[in-house]
Amino acid sequence: MRRIVPGLVAPVLAFALALGVTLLVVVVSGASAGTFMSVVFDVPAERNVVNMLNNASMLYLSALAAAVGFRMGLFNIGVEGQYRIGVFFAAAFAGQAWLPGPLNVVVAILVAMLAGAAWAAIAGLLKVTRGVSEVISTIMLNAIAVSLTAYLLRQWGIRPENGGEIRTVPIEEGSRVPGFDIPFLPGAPNEVFGLAVLAVVAGIAFGVVINRTRFGFELRATGASPTAAVASGIDVRRKVVVAMLLSGGIAGLVGLPLLLGSTYTYTSTFQAGLGFTGIAVALLGRNNPWGIAVGAVLFAYLSEQATRLELLVGISSELVVVTQGVVVLAVVIAYEVAGRYRRAQEQREVAEKLAETPGTPGNQEVAR
Amino acid sequence: MRRLTKIAGAALVVALTATACSSDGDDQTGAGDQLCPAEGDGPKIGLAYDVGGRGDRSFNDLAAAGVTQSVDELDATCTELAATANEPATARAERLRQLAEEGHDPIVAAGFVYTPEVTEVAGEYPETSFAVVDGAAEGDNVTNLSFAPQEGSFLVGVAAGLKTETDQVGFIGGVENFIIIPFAAGFEAGVEAVNPDATVEYRWLSDEGDDTAFNNAPGGETAANALYDGGADIVFHAAGGSGAGLFTAAEEQDKLAIGVDSDQYLSAPESQQEHILTSALKRVDVAVFEFVQAFVEGDVTTGFDVYDLARDGVGYATSGGQLDDIEDELEDYRQQIVDGEIEVPSEF
Repeated sequence: MRRIVPGLVAPVLAFALALGVTLLVVVVSGASAGTFMSVVFDVPAERNVVNMLNNASMLYLSALAAAVGFRMGLFNIGVEGQYRIGVFFAAAFAGQAWLPGPLNVVVAILVAMLAGAAWAAIAGLLKVTRGVSEVISTIMLNAIAVSLTAYLLRQWGIRPENGGEIRTVPIEEGSRVPGFDIPFLPGAPNEVFGLAVLAVVAGIAFGVVINRTRFGFELRATGASPTAAVASGIDVRRKVVVAMLLSGGIAGLVGLPLLLGSTYTYTSTFQAGLGFTGIAVALLGRNNPWGIAVGAVLFAYLSEQATRLELLVGISSELVVVTQGVVVLAVVIAYEVAGRYRRAQEQREVAEKLAETPGTPGNQEVAR
Repeated sequence: MRRLTKIAGAALVVALTATACSSDGDDQTGAGDQLCPAEGDGPKIGLAYDVGGRGDRSFNDLAAAGVTQSVDELDATCTELAATANEPATARAERLRQLAEEGHDPIVAAGFVYTPEVTEVAGEYPETSFAVVDGAAEGDNVTNLSFAPQEGSFLVGVAAGLKTETDQVGFIGGVENFIIIPFAAGFEAGVEAVNPDATVEYRWLSDEGDDTAFNNAPGGETAANALYDGGADIVFHAAGGSGAGLFTAAEEQDKLAIGVDSDQYLSAPESQQEHILTSALKRVDVAVFEFVQAFVEGDVTTGFDVYDLARDGVGYATSGGQLDDIEDELEDYRQQIVDGEIEVPSEF
C-alpha cells in the first residue's frame, strides 16, 4: 500500500498542477475557463483521431530515441538534427528508385537509421575522445544539420514544373507505404501511416533490450552510477558511443512515417520540431516505453485541439505549447516530490525495524 | 542530484527552444484583437496564416490588410487562424478544414506552404472558394494569387541604376528560392537597362530550409555592410524581417537602401527614412481584397490570377520624394512593361 499510493499520487498531482496552471493562463488571457475545458475535453472527430495517432507515432519514436540516452545519463538533445539528416537521406535515396518497390522501402529505412546514427556518432566520439559535453555538441549539430540538409537539397533537389519549392525526387508509387484504416474509426477520410507500426516495433525492442538484456542492464547501471559501472568492469566509453549510435538510429526513423506515407518527398517545409518535442515526451514518460506512449498520445491530442481552441474559444493556439511545457514541468516536480517522500518513508521504516532489533545501533545512527 | 540538474538543464533547453520559436509573436497583435467584427452581411472570410501570423509587418500583415479592407467595404466578417511553431504536418490541412466546416467562404491561405493542403481540402469542400497567396494549388474552386515581383523589382532597379554614383549596387535575398529569385532577376535587368556599366553584387542569407533567413536582422546588417564596404551605394533587399538590418547599416554608413513588399519608408524609424530610396511593392493586400470582391460579385478567376504591374499588383513606392527627379523615366519604363514592350525576366 505504501508503495502504490506514491506511484499514483505523482501522476495525479502532475495532472492537477498542469490543469491548474493552464486554466490560470486561460483566465488571465481573458477567455472563459468553462468554454476552454469543454473544447479541450470534447471528443475529437474521427479524422482528428487519425491525425493524432499519426503524430503520436512520430513523437513516440522521437521520445524513444531521447530515452535511450537518458537511461544512461546521456543527454542527446540532437534528435532534432539526427531525424532531419535521417529523413533527408532516406528521401534522397528512395527517390532515385535504384531498387524495386518494397525493397526500396526497406533499404531507405536502413539508410535513415545509418544516417541518423552517423550524425549522433559525431557527438559520441567527441565525448569519449575529447571530453566534449554531448549536450553542447548535439545542440550545435542540430544547427549544422539544418544548414547541411538545405545545402544538399540545393545540390540534389529538383523543382516541380509549375513552380514551387525545391524538393528531392518524389518516391515512386510502388515504394510508397500504404496507410491503413482503424476498425473502430470507420468514418475517417484519412488513414493511419503504414509506418506507424515502426513505433510499436521500436517500443517493444526498446523494452526488451533495456530491461531483459545484459547490454540494457549495463546501460542502466552506467546511468545509475558511472563509477560503480567502471568498478564492475563495464567499458563506459564504449557504452557512450553505442548508446549514441542507438539513439541516433532510432532518431533516423522519426520522419519516415510521414515521408513514406504522405509527403513522398523532402522539402524545406518538411515537419520540424519533432526532436525537441520528443525530449519533453521522454521526460513526461519517465523514459519508460509505456509512459512515453501515454506522453506521446497526450501531446498529440493537445496539438490536435490547438486549432479548435483558436477557432471556437478565441485563444491563441500557442497556449497548447504552454500547456505541454507545464505538463512536463509538473511531472518532473511531482515525481521529485513523490520520490523524496518515498525515501523519507523508507528511512523511517528501516529505522523502526532496527529499533525493534536489540543489539544494533539506535535509529539516530541510521537516520543520519 | 547531478541527474536532476541535467534533467532541469534539458528541460530548460526545450523551454528555450519553444520560446525562441514563438518569440517573434511578442509585439504581435493577439487573437483577442478586433480585426474581425462579429457581425456583417458580407462574406464570412476564413484567413489562415503561416507561422508568424499577424504582426510580422510584412506578408501576413498585408494579407490581413486585404481582409480589413473587405470588412470595411464589403461588410465582411472573418476568422483568422495562426500557425504554431513546429506544429504537426497535418495542422495546416486541419486549419482549412475547420474553417470550411464552420461555414467560412471564401478561405484565404497566406503563403505558398499551403499549396498541397489547399489542393487536398478544396477537393473535400467543392462548394467553398479557396485562395492561396503565392500558391500553386489545383482545383476548380482554387485561386492562386500570384505576382510578377520581377516587374516591380525592375523599376526599383531602374531607380538604383540611375541613382548610383559608384556604378555598383547590391541585392540581399533571404534564400535563393522561387519566391525571391524573381526579385533579384528583375532588379538586375532594371539596373542593366539604364546603366549597363553598373554591376549587381548578391548576398544570400541562407539556403532553402532555413527559415531564420527571413528573421535575421543581424545577418542582414552584416550582409549589407559587406556590400557597402565593397563599393555598393544602393542595396535592395528581399529578405523579410532581415531587411531591418539593411536599414540600420544604410543609416550608419550613410548609404541608400530599397525596401520590399510594403512601402517600408512608412514603417521605418524617422532617422532611417532618408536612407530608404524606394520600395518594391508586392500588393498582397490588393490581391486579397480583389479576390474577396470578385467572390462577392460571383466572378472569381480560378487557377493562376497574376497581379502584375498593369493591375497595380506590384510597383514601386514614392514616399520620401527621392525619386521625383527621375519620375518621368520610371513612368516611361513602367508603361513599356505594361504595354509588353519590355518583358522582364523572372529568372537569371
